[in-house]
Amino acid sequence: MNSISRTPAEITARVKALESMLIEKGLVTTEMVDRMVEIYENEVGPQLGAKVIAKAWTDSDFRTRLIDDATEACKELGISGLQGEHMVALEDTDDVHHAVVCTLCSCYPWPVLGLPPNWYKEPQYRSRMIREPRSVLAEEFDYVVPETTEIRVWDSSSEVRYWVLPQRPAGTEGWSEEQLAALVTRDSMIGVAPVEAVS
Amino acid sequence: MNGLFDLGGVDGLGPINASKQEPAFHAEWEKVVLTLFPALFRAGWFGLDSFRHGIETMDPVVYLTSPYYEHWLHTFETHGQRNGELDMDELDRRTAHFLAHPDAPLPEHASNKELVDFIDAASAGGVPPQRPTDNPIRFAVGDKVRLSHDAPRGHTRLARYVRGKVGTVSVHRGAFVYPDAAGNGLGDDPQHVYTILFDSAELWGEQAEPNTTTTFDVWDPYIEHVEQAVGANA
Repeated sequence: MNSISRTPAEITARVKALESMLIEKGLVTTEMVDRMVEIYENEVGPQLGAKVIAKAWTDSDFRTRLIDDATEACKELGISGLQGEHMVALEDTDDVHHAVVCTLCSCYPWPVLGLPPNWYKEPQYRSRMIREPRSVLAEEFDYVVPETTEIRVWDSSSEVRYWVLPQRPAGTEGWSEEQLAALVTRDSMIGVAPVEAVS
Repeated sequence: MNGLFDLGGVDGLGPINASKQEPAFHAEWEKVVLTLFPALFRAGWFGLDSFRHGIETMDPVVYLTSPYYEHWLHTFETHGQRNGELDMDELDRRTAHFLAHPDAPLPEHASNKELVDFIDAASAGGVPPQRPTDNPIRFAVGDKVRLSHDAPRGHTRLARYVRGKVGTVSVHRGAFVYPDAAGNGLGDDPQHVYTILFDSAELWGEQAEPNTTTTFDVWDPYIEHVEQAVGANA
């Protein structure tokens, strides 16, 4: 072990050195990197999860299928893939609010949310969220959940990937799916924020 | 292993640096490291579980303080060294070269459509962790179970904060690759996975927050019956 952290310049050089060796072995190409980046910068992100949520809010049959088997329901919308091979959508109610964490590493439902933000992968959120979720939501995310509402935290210890189907905000009656999808944030699907209608 | 990465319930790590918006990548090198995950998976350097275990063996001080994707770089190096595919002296030599000459070019190389197609197939199709098994489904929804006290020295997903605790089976998820086997190079050994619901008081005693619960997914060998659900078949 070498407990000296590398500087950004050292990490950059180390990665380039490794990349150069793996290019020579034929295991990676710069085109492969470009394709991966294109997918997770521009194609796969929380806009896909938002589309699923908006459909669930406006189509009760789809909502039932989503709760029953989120992996299959998402495939109906062409949404599937890496790190979401077995997905579960957790339906918020007045009685139960759900939130998601991976205490052991950084597991996250990539097909519907894209790559996780850094804070989700860092020790602070992972250590505290299961122990004091009510305080974390209130203090760190300005999200005060009523004490009468159970907060259920889902620790992603297996390959099952959880994400939250938040409550539809009041004042959105008659809105289109597109309008509703625009309200749904990454944080609301992690469970650290509600969905709020713009007044 | 009882490593520092097993962070559930640890106190004193400070405030969360939450962001509303954030780019997918914070530096160019992160793009390469993300891509090496599917590339080296394809090359057979690791499976998902052994990939995680490579991160778990990092120096804990570096683990806590380094950028996230440096964890991945560490597991690539660990597995490359283990399987004899990576000449570490050569890696050091090239690192020094690129440190002195950051703009030095990468080796020229031809396109390989197969590799790009693999990225498309993996990102859209995933790498299914489900596996068939003839093992019996030993637990029913509503059963009370106790989690194992075991403290394996290799890879496991049995977090310290749930060991020895009693919870309720809430869902059977099907059968999956068993991390305690696959993460230690012992094959898939598929096992049934269950979601266990814990009341916070069981986990944190008098310090538990009111009206909060936690669920944690377990593989069959992690749990034993305390009490079968009323009405369930034995």
